[in-house]
Amino acid sequence: MTPPTQNTSGLSDVYLDNNATTMVDPVVVEEMLPFFTVQFGNPSSIHSFGNNVGRSIKKARQQVQALLGAEHDSEIVFTACGTESDSTAILSALKAQPERKEIITTVVEHPAVLSLCEYLEKDGYTVHWLKVDGKGRLDLDVYADLLEERGEHIAIVSVMWANNETGTIFPVEKMATMARDAGVMFHTDAVQAVGKVPMMLADSDIDMLSLSGHKLHAPKGVGVLYLKRGTRFRPLLRGGHQERGRRAGTENVASIVALGKACELAAEKMEYENTVVKAMRDRLQEGILAAVPHCFPTGDVENRLPNTCNIAFEYIEGEAILMLLNKAGIAASSGSACTSGSLEPSHVMMAMGIPYTAAHGTIRFSFSCYNTMQEVERVIAAVPPIVAQLRKLSPYWGEDGPIEDPERLFAPTYA
Amino acid sequence: MWDYSETVKEHFFNPRNARVMEEPDAIGDVGSIQCGDALRLTLKVDKDTEIIQDAAFQTFGCGSAIASSSVLTEIIKGKTLDEALLVTNQDIANELDGLPPEKMHCSVMGREALQAAVANYRGEVWRDDHEEGALICKCFAVDAVMIEETVRANNLRTVEDVTNYTKAGGGCSACHEGIEEILTRVLAETGEAFNARASRQKLHADKEKPKVPGKGLSNIERIKRIERVIEAVRPQLQRDRGDVTLVDVDGDTVFVNLVGACSGCQMASLTVSGIQQQMMEDLGEFIRVVPVPAEKPASATVKLEVPA
Repeated sequence: MTPPTQNTSGLSDVYLDNNATTMVDPVVVEEMLPFFTVQFGNPSSIHSFGNNVGRSIKKARQQVQALLGAEHDSEIVFTACGTESDSTAILSALKAQPERKEIITTVVEHPAVLSLCEYLEKDGYTVHWLKVDGKGRLDLDVYADLLEERGEHIAIVSVMWANNETGTIFPVEKMATMARDAGVMFHTDAVQAVGKVPMMLADSDIDMLSLSGHKLHAPKGVGVLYLKRGTRFRPLLRGGHQERGRRAGTENVASIVALGKACELAAEKMEYENTVVKAMRDRLQEGILAAVPHCFPTGDVENRLPNTCNIAFEYIEGEAILMLLNKAGIAASSGSACTSGSLEPSHVMMAMGIPYTAAHGTIRFSFSCYNTMQEVERVIAAVPPIVAQLRKLSPYWGEDGPIEDPERLFAPTYA
Repeated sequence: MWDYSETVKEHFFNPRNARVMEEPDAIGDVGSIQCGDALRLTLKVDKDTEIIQDAAFQTFGCGSAIASSSVLTEIIKGKTLDEALLVTNQDIANELDGLPPEKMHCSVMGREALQAAVANYRGEVWRDDHEEGALICKCFAVDAVMIEETVRANNLRTVEDVTNYTKAGGGCSACHEGIEEILTRVLAETGEAFNARASRQKLHADKEKPKVPGKGLSNIERIKRIERVIEAVRPQLQRDRGDVTLVDVDGDTVFVNLVGACSGCQMASLTVSGIQQQMMEDLGEFIRVVPVPAEKPASATVKLEVPA
């Protein structure tokens, strides 16, 4: 089940970057293939070519509905990706309530929400940014005060269900209820949480939710906006009557069918994800922390996704770690500035107050059901020498530990 | 992952001279901790000849930072301090078979460490005057601080102006939104509003009526003005260890010779278009500046050779 690439170690590559994207499940691929060839009809057509396709989309909609615990299948709107779902939700709330010019969100959102909100600020909207503490947790008292003080001016609250970098889970169901009580719409970017956290949206006060296919073993290029019945809505794309006029554009049928199947499989594997996958994640973290000095897990470790662990290796830089891991056939990701080409390390690490010397060395390991315990042991064995090798190069590292009195021993002129 | 050259990878996986040097004669510590890189360069220097006998480094940073440090130590070994100071960040990048634009600052850090180490050896204080901003133009590696300063210093008003002066936005044009934002912000400082329509009108005007050369000015007056523009830009180039001289003028074409750090630098075309723009403004006519090789090798090139 692992990708067929080979590295210098001669073993198959270990893929621990499932929060970035996942492999499409072979069963899902099988399911979607006929829609490129035999079942190519346009679901809007009257003839039988289109008819069957329309039924397949309906089935996919019900499969997504089941995973989310939504009350109606018509609450599922297929989109092109998580980002489109996020933009649609937030811009719809602003368009539908033009008298409300304020938004509440968090400082640790995915760029899909973060960049949009920053752009809206330039456009004259007010964005209230909820801060996080050292473990990446929100202060609900601050949130409650904001809702009370500014409630009638707030168009929408948008808070991610789980953080993509640390896996930290936010209490979105509770926050949605608080928003409802204040008469404010609530949206959650649940791209990382869907399929890993059980959901029953029918019983929640969440008005809108975004999910992305490629995070749960469906292909890239398909997503969903869950839209609770009765939520005031203005489409982002107008045109044809697809998705009941809420998202015009001919359906990406093969990917929609694939997403439906992937949701069905995700529901079946939810238990496995929260037991076996979680145990692999826990073993990896424990193994690395035991073998490597001066490293620590980031985020709210007691309350996070079962597949994610983010470890900060102090005094070394993430991209260098990733390059050496890659050479050893291990794929992960980093919050360092260099990996993204930006000047600052990850906004999530900065928001948690992680010092620069550690924030640049954060590595995210994210699992899927295709990983094995053998792979975990391989990573545990590979990481300590890589860290030691880079620390040996680091001016912040002495003989066998961080240099004491760095002010005196290494005080670079900062550019 | 970045598209690193094989040379970058080679120097990263097998860094040369990565060690702590015992009793170094010179130490250069530089870095940008937000940016995630810091470098200590240590040198052994012969007291009489000032020849660098040994160089070593320690680097906290990404693949290209480590590779830049490694290749730098190889370049400067055997050079005198004065020769080593002629090494530009472009030399470091060239030796690595190129760096991605986002990573050029790693080579800059290498050169700065060298300057800091030489200053340390000579008992001088080295101050870094280079501020780095977010990368705006990825085609030509131009950051926000550079664009902002150029806009302010030259009263630029349009995206085309910015492209002419800094080269930013002259490639794929995806960064034009970012450049417009900077223009809007800087122009607002003096209460002026950015006008996107002005840019487009200017663009069309340029296309529609190519200007006639030499209207009104005598040949002597033209050449004098051309020389004056060149004299005005020389100090700036000399600060970066480069220079420019006038070779010839033929109608609307001005031939110049770029030397030292300017020649072969990826910013050479930026320099040329900057000079061209200033000449056009000064003379009020269309001017094309063409860089040509000098009759004899530039002195800087000769100096770079290591004495036997």
